[in-house]
Amino acid sequence: MALEGFGPAFAFWLLSAITLISAGGVMMARNLLHAVLFLIVTFIGVAGFFILLSAEFIAMAQVVIYVGAVAVLILFAILLTPRSARDNSETVWGAPAALLSIALAAVLIFVIHDTAWSETNSFQAPSVEDLGRALLSTWVLPFQLASVLLTAALIGAIMLVRSPEEEAEDALS
Amino acid sequence: MQAVKTARFFPICGERRRPWKEPGLSFYDSYSAVLVATIAGIILVGTAVIAAKLLAPFGRERGKDVSYECGMLPIGSNWSQVHVRYYLLAILFLIFDVETVFIFPWAVTFIDFPKYVFYEMLVFIGVLGLGLAYAWRRGVLEWGR
Repeated sequence: MALEGFGPAFAFWLLSAITLISAGGVMMARNLLHAVLFLIVTFIGVAGFFILLSAEFIAMAQVVIYVGAVAVLILFAILLTPRSARDNSETVWGAPAALLSIALAAVLIFVIHDTAWSETNSFQAPSVEDLGRALLSTWVLPFQLASVLLTAALIGAIMLVRSPEEEAEDALS
Repeated sequence: MQAVKTARFFPICGERRRPWKEPGLSFYDSYSAVLVATIAGIILVGTAVIAAKLLAPFGRERGKDVSYECGMLPIGSNWSQVHVRYYLLAILFLIFDVETVFIFPWAVTFIDFPKYVFYEMLVFIGVLGLGLAYAWRRGVLEWGR
């Protein structure tokens, strides 16, 4: 399953091109909604990379959660923001953002070069079945805690969007 | 025996096919179908768009941009702020989407496990069901308020 041969190499460069061009589109798009659509293409490209790394389950989760739900969340966040009608105009934060990006890229490149990557020729990627087995035996407690965490997020979201009238009702009761 | 029994009712659960484990086929060969489908999709949509550009007549005049060509002229901006309730629904959708991702590895393995694993997932869904019941009681799922 090594990244050898024409197919995987071609897929890698194709996915790189798709991901980088659409990521650039997110920055360049004047319309914020177009930027979100570019972001969805970026997410799909990253999902392709996960498949290229034989992490099928993560690729599935990427498509279901990021392309499916997070993109919708961002879309609604834009629709909720009154000032977002004024498109993605120039801001004074361009130079600091560029500086921060360069610093972040430098840190990441340094870490990647510093890490002793182990190489193996016989690698069997864990399947979804292996994942399910681990999740239901060894990691069953974190698995159940995840449901509590999700419920807490749900209740927190409901609390955040209460209207003032509802707050008053709660204070009275 | 268990596998045979389940295979009869759920043909997909019985003998799990792993094409990349068969000799001569790599992991990526099973994904070449995805590549073919992607290319076919791009061609399908691309030809439709290009054909519309080439064949359909386009008239350019100011009236074309109006929402109702024979109705009243719209006033104000085309941007309207949506209600915050949409955001809450998106968050609800995200939370149950994450739940789906957790159910998926359980669904492909729980048959091989003892029975209590089935109830583990019931507890998982039950806790989230409590959250949904709370949302329901708070009237989050209702529109006209």
